[in-house]
Amino acid sequence: MQISVTINGKTYAHDVEPRISLAQYLRETLNLTGTHIGCDTSGCGSCTVHVDGASAKACTLLAVQVDGCEIKTIEGMANGSEMHPIQEAFKENHGLQCGFCTPGMVMTAADILKNNPNPSEEEIRHGLEGNFCRCTGYHNIVKSIQHAAEKMNA
Amino acid sequence: METFIGKPVKRREDNRFLKGAGKYTDDIKLHGMTHSAFVRSPYAHAKIVSVDTSAAEKAEGVVAVYTGSDACGTIGVPCGWQVDFKNGETMREPMHPLLAKDKIRHLGEAVAFVIAETLELARDAAELVDVKYEALPAVTCPKKAMASGAPKVHDEWEDNAAFDWCIGNDRAEVEAALANAHHVTEMTYKNHRLAPNAIEPRSYIADYDVNADKWTLYTSTQNPHLVRLLLCAFALGIPEHKVRVVSYDVGGGFGSKIYHYTEEALLTWASKEIGRPIKWTSDRTEAFLTDAHGRDHIVHSKMGFDKDGKIVAHLTDEFCAMGAYLSTFAPAVPTYLHGTLFQGVYTTPLIHLNVVAPFTHTVPVDAYRGAGRPEATYLLERIISKAAKEMDMDPAELRFKNFISPFNGTTEPGYQTQVALQYDSGNYEGVLKRGLEMLGYEDFRKEQAEARKNGKLLGVGISTYIEGCGIAPSAVVGSLGARAGLYEVGHVRVQPTGKVSVFTGAHSHGQGHETVFAQFVADKLGIPMDDIDIVHGDTDQVAFGMGTYGSRSLAVGGSAIIKSIEKVLEKGAKIAAHKLEAAEEDLEYAEGKWTVKGTDKSISFGDVSLTAYVPHDYPEGVEPGLDFSSFYDPTNFTYPFGTHIAVVEVCSDTGKVEIKRFVACDDVGNVMNPMIVDGQIHGGVVQGIGQALLEEVVYDGEGQMVTGSYMDYAMPRADDIPMIETDRTTTPCPHNPLGVKGAGEAGAIGSTPAVVNAVVDALSHLGVTDIQMPVTPKRVWKAMQS
Repeated sequence: MQISVTINGKTYAHDVEPRISLAQYLRETLNLTGTHIGCDTSGCGSCTVHVDGASAKACTLLAVQVDGCEIKTIEGMANGSEMHPIQEAFKENHGLQCGFCTPGMVMTAADILKNNPNPSEEEIRHGLEGNFCRCTGYHNIVKSIQHAAEKMNA
Repeated sequence: METFIGKPVKRREDNRFLKGAGKYTDDIKLHGMTHSAFVRSPYAHAKIVSVDTSAAEKAEGVVAVYTGSDACGTIGVPCGWQVDFKNGETMREPMHPLLAKDKIRHLGEAVAFVIAETLELARDAAELVDVKYEALPAVTCPKKAMASGAPKVHDEWEDNAAFDWCIGNDRAEVEAALANAHHVTEMTYKNHRLAPNAIEPRSYIADYDVNADKWTLYTSTQNPHLVRLLLCAFALGIPEHKVRVVSYDVGGGFGSKIYHYTEEALLTWASKEIGRPIKWTSDRTEAFLTDAHGRDHIVHSKMGFDKDGKIVAHLTDEFCAMGAYLSTFAPAVPTYLHGTLFQGVYTTPLIHLNVVAPFTHTVPVDAYRGAGRPEATYLLERIISKAAKEMDMDPAELRFKNFISPFNGTTEPGYQTQVALQYDSGNYEGVLKRGLEMLGYEDFRKEQAEARKNGKLLGVGISTYIEGCGIAPSAVVGSLGARAGLYEVGHVRVQPTGKVSVFTGAHSHGQGHETVFAQFVADKLGIPMDDIDIVHGDTDQVAFGMGTYGSRSLAVGGSAIIKSIEKVLEKGAKIAAHKLEAAEEDLEYAEGKWTVKGTDKSISFGDVSLTAYVPHDYPEGVEPGLDFSSFYDPTNFTYPFGTHIAVVEVCSDTGKVEIKRFVACDDVGNVMNPMIVDGQIHGGVVQGIGQALLEEVVYDGEGQMVTGSYMDYAMPRADDIPMIETDRTTTPCPHNPLGVKGAGEAGAIGSTPAVVNAVVDALSHLGVTDIQMPVTPKRVWKAMQS
């Protein structure tokens, strides 16, 4: 099927197999390998991207479902060499170890802060429910998001 | 001059990870690369009656289909550790085939391998492979596997035992002491099976280059050189010097990516057959079915005390599952990584552990974060808390009574245990004191008493652990059955401009080696961190190495780098002395330059480096260049220790456990980067909490896994966990140059019993003395009702 999608501000037209997931489309067709696949049941959140401004799990969306949508992936978060305040906060607070869940965490964090610029610790933890991290115990991810909120509100 | 050791330096790895620019194996694409899929058994135990691949072979885009009847069916992957029976019989070591031929021995065992032009076409064709099975009864419980009449995993032996083993004092002596003890506490439970669940699934690409007659294997591994050695010398019999194993970024491992897996060997074999690169990446359910699991011990234990509460003897019998085949380190886990920690932090004079390790119709069990040591710690820390309750003593007081006294391992000797090891240095009462202080233990007990009056169920649980890390002195592990040495390699290449490349055989899968190693190299050489690059994960670049596991990277790998730095400075001093026209012994090295003592005459590290590569004005008899490699084989394990304390509240209506506070005071020796050590502790603690409250791999009676996805296997999520309160004491390791002990596994070792002790404490006034892990609301509720 023919689809047209805007990804990180650039519009692409591709003929894709209807069964291809958005995550596979990003990784295999567009070489945007920052979107990771840790499961295929929306369980781990490593594939989290933004579809029309809201976070979504790219492993359980078909590429054909996002025809006409605007997608943002981790590759679209930094402004050239300048990292997004959320990315900076993750580095500053050691909010990542192996880095595999990190793109999904950053995309989810952006969604949490978009909807709630001053979240409590509890709200952050609730917002992170759909994303697994096996390395950090979430401690420093929560701190990173708290720190990012402070910076973005300053 | 800026120094870096002990400072929370931000990680240099993070820039690529945060931008989505990490290079994990599945991110790699090679020209002409094919994709692959496995046909896996839906039975845990079955005869393979027939395999028909004809439809699959004709399917669109299929390049090749292999089964156990092809040449690869005669190839197996090896086990790296041999533990023989107590009676001298050799360990039973079955062939672990790349593809099953006649018989299936665990759910998910591979029967056929399909290679096609795309992943989708490979998966389509795999569905066309027609396998006829004759299902057989299966046994998944290690204790039931040893019952008479149990279904046999391997027909060639009379029962399912892979080996049995014991350690410690004479059993009769221990039994006699228990018979005479003032009080005996007894426990029977299961330390249940876990799936490691690195979020990056295993991924491999094998690429055979026909013109060069060389193989490259890209793999998500914790130890590239070990994989190459096992692959070349034992699995495929191909020349090691013609094989390059590359592992760029690895998305977590926790033990599960140590082992040489059948898929690595099969892809490497098949790549030569088809003359093209092949990629395979596990999906999550395949990961549950085929990644080596952890734990799975059935435990029966008795601990005896005298009238003052001093431990007099400890006797334990365990059945420990091996799974269907022996994975790389599997036999070491319930034996030398487990029984050797039965001393714990206590002066127990008599200890005996007996282990029976049977094959089961399950995926192999091997090292998972802590590997044998969490199982030992869980037992010791649960049984001592249970004993305290039975003897009406405070659990902290009972521990203080039994602690080994502090010793530094330098002016005071190490502590010789009853179970083979000699601890390096320790101050066990120090960490418990600090942990209790962090918690405000006495105040908490008052709060708890008040809460109980109001029907609120609050509990506190203490765990005071020790672990054996810095794996390992080669001669010691060799005498214990290891088939490899466990030294590490560190290579320091000073470039002509004074910039430094450091090559290490340790391999980060999240630990931050690129930052931490550069920190101490910078301090030792007195040069900026920016002038140092850390290279790892490529057998063509790094001379050799044993990889990262057992909290060994800094203690063993870091020490190897230090040895090479010493060689660089020693040779540099000869060059500096020549240039400064001074005697070597008159020089001192500090802040990146050699200075003639008492003068302002000096030469910088950079100038000496350049001179070494442009040796025009050069000392006689000294070779050009400044490039040294060293092997470091430790003289002992390292023994980190600590205290973890959990506070929980149990909901009286639902049995749900909420962790209100978690306090961790750890002693990991000297600390290079406190930010990273804290991060390791946080992550380990949460994995341990996961075992205590949430996670379990469950096989049903037929060997079907009922927890094969994230919908069914309960991993800790952000809202299950509180902030972790951390602090440290510092007791340096006396036998390695950095004085470090390792921090990777501590969290997962200390936390699990702390949580379960807390839950039992919360319910103790209701008569609850034990609850089987994972402590689910259902189990808690049942315990409260009974």
